[in-house]
Amino acid sequence: MGYVAVKGGIEAIENACSLFAWERSKGSSEPLDVAQIREQLYLAVDRVMGEGSLYAPDLAALALKQAAGDSFEASFMLRAYRATQPRLGYSLPVNTEEMRIVRRISSAFKDIPGGQVLGATSDYTLRLLDFELLKDDAARREAFREKVFSNLSAEAEIPDTFPKVIDILRREGLLADSLPSGIAGEPFDITRQSLTFPAPRSAALQSLARGETGGLLTLAYSSMRGYGNIHPTLGELRVGYVPLRVAHPVTGEPYIAGEVKVTEAEVLARFEGTDGIPRFSLGYGLCFGQNELKAISMAVLDRCTRTAKPTCPAEDQEYVLYHTDGIEAMGFCNHWKLPHYVDFLSDLDRLRKAQKIARQEECNANE
Amino acid sequence: MRMSDWLEQEDLRLRQGESSVGGYPYGFMDDGAKKDIRRSILKAVAIPGYQVPYGSREMPIARGWGTGGIQITLSLITPDDILKVIDQGCDGSVNAVNIKKFIQTVADVEITNDTLTATVIQTRHRIPEEQMTAAQILVLQVPYPEALREVEASEAETRRMHAEADYSRMWLYLYEDIVNYGEITISYRYPVTVNGRYIMDPSPIPRWDVPKLHQAETLYLFGAGREKRIYAIPPHTTVEPLEFEDHTFRVEDFSGKSCARCGAADTFLDEVIENESGDRTHYCSDSGYCDKRFA
Repeated sequence: MGYVAVKGGIEAIENACSLFAWERSKGSSEPLDVAQIREQLYLAVDRVMGEGSLYAPDLAALALKQAAGDSFEASFMLRAYRATQPRLGYSLPVNTEEMRIVRRISSAFKDIPGGQVLGATSDYTLRLLDFELLKDDAARREAFREKVFSNLSAEAEIPDTFPKVIDILRREGLLADSLPSGIAGEPFDITRQSLTFPAPRSAALQSLARGETGGLLTLAYSSMRGYGNIHPTLGELRVGYVPLRVAHPVTGEPYIAGEVKVTEAEVLARFEGTDGIPRFSLGYGLCFGQNELKAISMAVLDRCTRTAKPTCPAEDQEYVLYHTDGIEAMGFCNHWKLPHYVDFLSDLDRLRKAQKIARQEECNANE
Repeated sequence: MRMSDWLEQEDLRLRQGESSVGGYPYGFMDDGAKKDIRRSILKAVAIPGYQVPYGSREMPIARGWGTGGIQITLSLITPDDILKVIDQGCDGSVNAVNIKKFIQTVADVEITNDTLTATVIQTRHRIPEEQMTAAQILVLQVPYPEALREVEASEAETRRMHAEADYSRMWLYLYEDIVNYGEITISYRYPVTVNGRYIMDPSPIPRWDVPKLHQAETLYLFGAGREKRIYAIPPHTTVEPLEFEDHTFRVEDFSGKSCARCGAADTFLDEVIENESGDRTHYCSDSGYCDKRFA
């Protein structure tokens, strides 16, 4: 009898869930420790924290383990966890000039005040598989540490703050003034209110900051490549730690509650002459962790979506904000795997009727 | 139990520091979130057919899998409730099972397959065959809350169209359908006018279920989690499918067919391909009702 077979079955569903957990653990290798993921797959952890919009390295690492490395699923688990936590308040605006820099570059100028700080990056590596890593162990790591750090001079001091490249341009009148924040008091909170269009900038930036890296990249790339007209210059890209301040609930005094690692991108794009004087305009990107591709894509899209007359998808704010949330897109795409018997039956009914009418008309025409 | 009594009791429980269900707050979401959603529901009930934007929370079940319905259910449910969840009419379907498992874990409620016993029914793509009462709530999961999306891609524009009751393009769409195909080809998600004002997407229920929305005893709540909208049809509301005088709305045609299991000839039927030669058999889509008749 087909009846039971087409309805799924509770036991089959539970077995499928168990099998997934088993698939991850059935091999002969040692179980993966959450600390290993947090430390050794830190870029994956950063990506999950950004897209899951929750700064929690340990939980992000746990999510990656549980999701068998699927970044969409892991980000999704973090977001779901986030929904169980009350909204206690908002941090005070962060001044990224205070960032404890680990990497900072500008592609607009050969040298910048404070200097280019390359930091840890794979940008300049040859993407050749390093077969040495196949036998990674403590001795190898110690030797590597020795090689890297033994010959370093200790004199190079990193300043506490670095001046912003765009501030210099702005002082010289080459860059448009910073946009009015348009916020009195608390920002628009996209986790508490749904978007309305045109979306206020605080809402647009929040949406982009938790957008899916690949989705943001695709749309930003379409603009860079030709569907749009934003040709960005990277004014400054920073990676580092910023202090997170909250106002004391009683005294209102700012307190540092901790620090978060962020990537910040500021892109300069073609000038526009609102007051008759041409100036560069700025696109801004900021996300949790080290995710430079995302921060740059976000900055490009921030600039694109502020184009007065959109001519392509990347410039259309609704298009960009509605389609770059990986968790929403993933869930909806996967939902097509759910049964659609009723809808399809209804479709069949209409198709058969339409066919009948068409055949009848054909008959009538032939007569 | 009345919601206000339950909230008082829950508040007391929390103040006494009692642990929550399964390590999570009762109903998964924090209390502020549930209150927020209940307010949106009240607004939706006050303006039948109007889509109320709300701060949709992420559920541990994926977007597109019923998160809007789940949030409504979780914001309303108390331990005294009896919950039924169906997917395409079926209590045992993958997604229905999954949702029940989750809600049971975080809200500790009794589950039933019986439409008449349930106090809250969450559904995807069907309205139960048995008539529901004023004491019950039907929560419908919604993938596309915007009925006008077929004719207008922009949300800013569709909101304007609703505000001004500018529905000419929707009517034109139906008219063109008739010109092209001889009749309206919309199969499920058939647009309706609610309370003579808003055109509303009734969720992907088949046309068969659309008449059940009209002047019903039951409160219908619609939740679109991914699109962050809640809307409602309160009891005794006029709900009319879009139609023309000479092209009236019609439900799916099951004439000459009946359920191969319980024999019902007055229910929405699933069509099953029985073998490779393509023979078809029909069964009730509403499995709870079919079980009841078959028992």
